[in-house]
Amino acid sequence: MKILVCISKSPDTTSKIAFTDGNTKFDENGVQYIVNPYDEWYALVRALELKEANGGTVTTITVGTAADDSVIRKALAIGADDAVRIDAEPTDAYFTAMQIAEHAKAGGYDLVLAGKETINYNGSQVGGMIAEAMDLPFISLASKMDVNGSTVTLETEILGGVQILEADMPLVISCAKGMAEQRIPNMRGIMAARTKPLNVVAPAAIEALTSYESYTLPEAKSACKMIDPENMDELVALLHNEAKVI
Amino acid sequence: MATLVYINSRNGLAKNSLEAVTYAKKLGSDVMVVTAGNADEAMLATLGEYGASKVMVDRSVATDDSQQLTRLITTAAEAVGADTIIFSHDFVAKAVAPRLSVRLKAGLISGAIDLPSGDSVKVNVFSGKAFGNVKISAGKKIISLLPNSIQPEGGGSACSVEDFNGNVGDSRIKLLETKKPEGEIPLPEAELVVSAGRGLKGPENWGMVEDLATVLGAATACSRPVADIGWRPHHEHVGQTGVAIRPNLYIAAGISGAIQHLAGVNGSKVIVVINTDGEAPFFKAADYGILGDAFEVLPRLTEAVKKFKASN
Repeated sequence: MKILVCISKSPDTTSKIAFTDGNTKFDENGVQYIVNPYDEWYALVRALELKEANGGTVTTITVGTAADDSVIRKALAIGADDAVRIDAEPTDAYFTAMQIAEHAKAGGYDLVLAGKETINYNGSQVGGMIAEAMDLPFISLASKMDVNGSTVTLETEILGGVQILEADMPLVISCAKGMAEQRIPNMRGIMAARTKPLNVVAPAAIEALTSYESYTLPEAKSACKMIDPENMDELVALLHNEAKVI
Repeated sequence: MATLVYINSRNGLAKNSLEAVTYAKKLGSDVMVVTAGNADEAMLATLGEYGASKVMVDRSVATDDSQQLTRLITTAAEAVGADTIIFSHDFVAKAVAPRLSVRLKAGLISGAIDLPSGDSVKVNVFSGKAFGNVKISAGKKIISLLPNSIQPEGGGSACSVEDFNGNVGDSRIKLLETKKPEGEIPLPEAELVVSAGRGLKGPENWGMVEDLATVLGAATACSRPVADIGWRPHHEHVGQTGVAIRPNLYIAAGISGAIQHLAGVNGSKVIVVINTDGEAPFFKAADYGILGDAFEVLPRLTEAVKKFKASN
């Protein structure tokens, strides 16, 4: 079984979010990049578990510049066999997805896995776009996945519940919480990652369809109003009369 | 040109569908709605009250397979000459809108929280820690609206409902089972949410969270550790790696308010925090704070809400 896992970098979850250049660019000053948690904890780790159970290979793919190589090496340290980096700035989800699809079409992959979203742009776009570009079925927000022969059984999140679905490979799947547990790379993995193949390929000619014009930060909250814990009638009155939410 | 709205009508008309139609109407063009499944015709006609001129329904589409729905919406968009397509940013839109973007070569803005301003649309980025203004350079546009970002505006009259053949083809995905707990309010579209964390000490104490949620008509939620240790189901986990919500009221009991949790809830209009630790970071993000023990405060609040409901 050949599995391709889409890996994006994202700022560490504790990063302070700020912008520069007249609020048009994310301020990377002091920001530590990690593998996007959905890509790592769920897509990559589940892919490795499936490989361990059924044999096969796990390849990661990233659209990014050489600055992303350390994040890619982290994915290799967790256990991916090799990595592909499409050497371009990932300008929007469409650009990124079409680059990945171009590569994946020729790769003969049985499964293409992505995280359900990145924690910086939260678009939930790349997985579905890859599926359409490859004319493959797409199962989104999967929280469980099992493979039996050529058939994949999945549990996916729907509004207020879950669905159990079944489909034949090849498939594109976006991965959500529940798929797998986080794995911490060990020293052997980190050492091995240094010599695993990281293939840098030139991008295809694709034009982005969207762009971020500017960013704003939420307005600071006014000071919290403290309520006497004995007096919940007061809170209810405030929620009704002042906040007007009940 | 027309604006086409896709709505999910399988479980009736949810508020987020009415929001999407209202949003489309506010864009100014003629609004057409497309939907799949066997929804009641009279119910679909009420979408006219929110601005739709026509509802097209393909009754042959049995599941929410993204390939079939993409074909349906493509066929409908061609039929009505739509250059803009609106979704509510729910689980179906998250699968279908990206496919449609590739199929139509239309720019996709997902998680919009406001109407377009100039030629850009405001979205949440960095898991709710900031906003971005996104511009579409393509001729066709798709906007997926975050639930509870605008209020539905009715007042119009019912519209026509037509059976429509979307040429959806076969599905390559088999739906084996749907599991849905009865009677619960789905978290992503809830206007009121009661949430609790490790401060509740164990799953057996969730009765008081549920009691408060019941009297308020609220959904229940939890913090990440609580879902990870299995006290509550994963779909209740709000935060950076769980569900991001933007209810009108978010009540958090026994949650310290780590930055990852705040990322999932800071779109809430009003936040109430109940915690025994006055240093809990959540108080900084709260509108109302109660320094006290959730075990005493929650039942007291439930009684106060009951009293309020009885007299209003």
